[in-house]
Amino acid sequence: MPRPAPQAKEAAGGADLLCVCRDTLVRWGKDARRTASLMVGQPDYEVYVAHAEATHPEQPPLDRTAFFRLHEARRFGAGGAFRCC
Amino acid sequence: MGKLKTALIFGAIAILGAIALAVIALHQGESISAVWIVVAALCVYAIAYRFYARYLAGKVMGLNAKRPTPAVRHNDGLDFVPTPRNVLFGHHFAAIAGAGPLVGPVLAAQMGYLPGVLWILVGAVLAGAVQDMMVLFMSTRRDGRSLGDMVRTEMGPIPGIIAQVGVLMIMVIILAVLALVVVKALAESPWGTFTVAATIPIAVFMGLYTRYLRPGRVGEVSVIGVVLLVLAIIGGGHIAADPYWGPAFTLTGTTLALAMMAYGFVASVIPVWLLLAPRDYLSTFLKIGAILALAVGILIVRPHVQMPAVTPFIDGTGPVFSGALFPFLFITIACGAVSGFHALISSGTTPKLLENENQIPLIGYGAMLCESFVAIMALIAATVLDPAVYFAMNSPVAVIGDNAASAAAAVAQWGFHITPGELEQLARDVGEHSILSRAGGAPTLAVGMAHILSGIIGGKAMMAFWYHFAILFEALFILTTVDAGTRVCRFMIQDLLGVAVPKMRETKSWTANVVATALTVSLWGYFLYTGVVDPLGGINSLWPLFGIANQMLAAVALILGTVVLFKMKRERFAWATAIPAVWLLICTLTAGFQKLLHPDVKIGFLAHARKYQDALASGDILAPAKTAGDMHRIIINDYVNSTLTAGFLFVVLTMVVYGVRACLKARRINHPTVVEQPAAHELTLEDEAMDTARA
Repeated sequence: MPRPAPQAKEAAGGADLLCVCRDTLVRWGKDARRTASLMVGQPDYEVYVAHAEATHPEQPPLDRTAFFRLHEARRFGAGGAFRCC
Repeated sequence: MGKLKTALIFGAIAILGAIALAVIALHQGESISAVWIVVAALCVYAIAYRFYARYLAGKVMGLNAKRPTPAVRHNDGLDFVPTPRNVLFGHHFAAIAGAGPLVGPVLAAQMGYLPGVLWILVGAVLAGAVQDMMVLFMSTRRDGRSLGDMVRTEMGPIPGIIAQVGVLMIMVIILAVLALVVVKALAESPWGTFTVAATIPIAVFMGLYTRYLRPGRVGEVSVIGVVLLVLAIIGGGHIAADPYWGPAFTLTGTTLALAMMAYGFVASVIPVWLLLAPRDYLSTFLKIGAILALAVGILIVRPHVQMPAVTPFIDGTGPVFSGALFPFLFITIACGAVSGFHALISSGTTPKLLENENQIPLIGYGAMLCESFVAIMALIAATVLDPAVYFAMNSPVAVIGDNAASAAAAVAQWGFHITPGELEQLARDVGEHSILSRAGGAPTLAVGMAHILSGIIGGKAMMAFWYHFAILFEALFILTTVDAGTRVCRFMIQDLLGVAVPKMRETKSWTANVVATALTVSLWGYFLYTGVVDPLGGINSLWPLFGIANQMLAAVALILGTVVLFKMKRERFAWATAIPAVWLLICTLTAGFQKLLHPDVKIGFLAHARKYQDALASGDILAPAKTAGDMHRIIINDYVNSTLTAGFLFVVLTMVVYGVRACLKARRINHPTVVEQPAAHELTLEDEAMDTARA
């Protein structure tokens, strides 16, 4: 579980608390979305783009659709994902 | 201070767990609340995770947080991606949780709730979770290599090939038995058949949507799909009541079996985006949703367990499956306690996504504890039913007859009382013609789930909806497993045939594709068909075969784990994998030999074959056979099942021999001989070249 930021304890003011709560919820939402996509074999596209830009700036990264199709094909391809009984 | 706090907290958990276990074990007379079982399970998991998983991580495996994982070493943003542990936990859990932990405990409930609960808890903590964690650890240290690969490099090429063939045999049995569970659930049920059939056009629509309309929008298309599914469940009720469509969707087991083979063939040959991938979204999300709903339901409704703690059927005379508590309980409950199949997943994608070695306990051990909890919930759902209903639903026609009156009379002989009217009323409540002799686990679980969920939403009026919701969710993810499994098998067969005919290896070749798929479907289709026409219900002979196969694979994985610990010169700790391996070997070998050689025709395949041969020799025809040809077919089936059992025994015995040899050899050498990636992070030139190629 992502922990709330350390300042959460100090935040006496209602506005601060609201802010912290919202941030936490946003983070949880993001995590939940990432988890759900990975459950069906789709890793995070943003992480891939960040990685591709950092390591291979000379070549354009795959676009979202191509990235999606690549993983779709891979999940059910040769050596693809086993799933349990 | 910190230590004291931990001691106090876990001391309290231990006391609570001990009280809960005492309540469920020593309880006599009146029914107890299922919450006690939940509390006992959660306390056991908490203590095991806090102490045993930590011990395994620190002492047995010696995890090293500074050692780069494959995801870090080969980070390419595509296959190897360091992934936050919560996200990876969800992924891993979704991959290991399937129909197994839902079906096995339901069947095992015939012996009472206590044996099942104890084996699910002890098995998961000391065997299942250890296996998952150990395999994940080994694969992480070997660049995410598969189980078969690791057997080859650590134990030699011959055990490597034997393990590969073993995995293929297990896959075939798993696909057949899972398909049989669906056939048993849908036979003579127009409502269920319609809703499951409706998932095909829904999935095709979703496939076209993600392909052409809004590529890659998994979330939004899944929401649309779930809404359509709910409409299909509601519509199914009207279809079943319709004078024309009702009978049109009322299919016999044989028809359904043939339809499933045809469908399995088509689904795994056509492009995956059209049917397989979209159905995968639906089944995955529905599965997680249904598991959460069941957990919430049990906690809110707090149902009472009606089944006795232990029934007389521990002696092996039970109607659901034959064979005594030892070894058959440990075979019947496979996935919730220990599942060899998890070894294939823990050495699949998960190790390629692991951020840090210190997350191995959470992912490997923790996810298995959750799976074990799913099995506990399935057991609760089956045991909160009136035992009379449970036995009427799970006993074959040959034992209880084909109508409510004969079923009520039969279960009364076992000491469980219900009127024929009550059985018929329950069938009406869940929207079915009959609930008798629906072995296979899924319908019983569905009635149990409907019982619990209708306690939160809808009451009795919604019972039929919840029943068909539960059937749909089970059928959906079983069918996805069958299709995806058929593809996996097809690639394995292409690989094996490729040794003789190189052309078969081309995965893009249309001919190779069709030939290998047809071969796969006819393999599992054969077992499915014989299961469907079996008068004892098929589950009776197929589920133990599946259990034996699955537990043997677990034994193989644990043997490999023991070999690796010896080769790491950590043999002092090898008992952690060796003890569960020995226990599984004892159970599976005993069960395997009993299935082969037991004199009771209900248990031993060969005894059964002999009985039919003798009858044939004296010119008699024994039911269910109607002709001499039927008799021959039954005899052939018995011999096929015997051969398969003997094959499993051969696989596991050779693995034991090779395992012991490898351990002894490693013992004689006074330095580690394990084949791991080096600890220091120095990319060799070759590694670098591979990274570039991958990118």
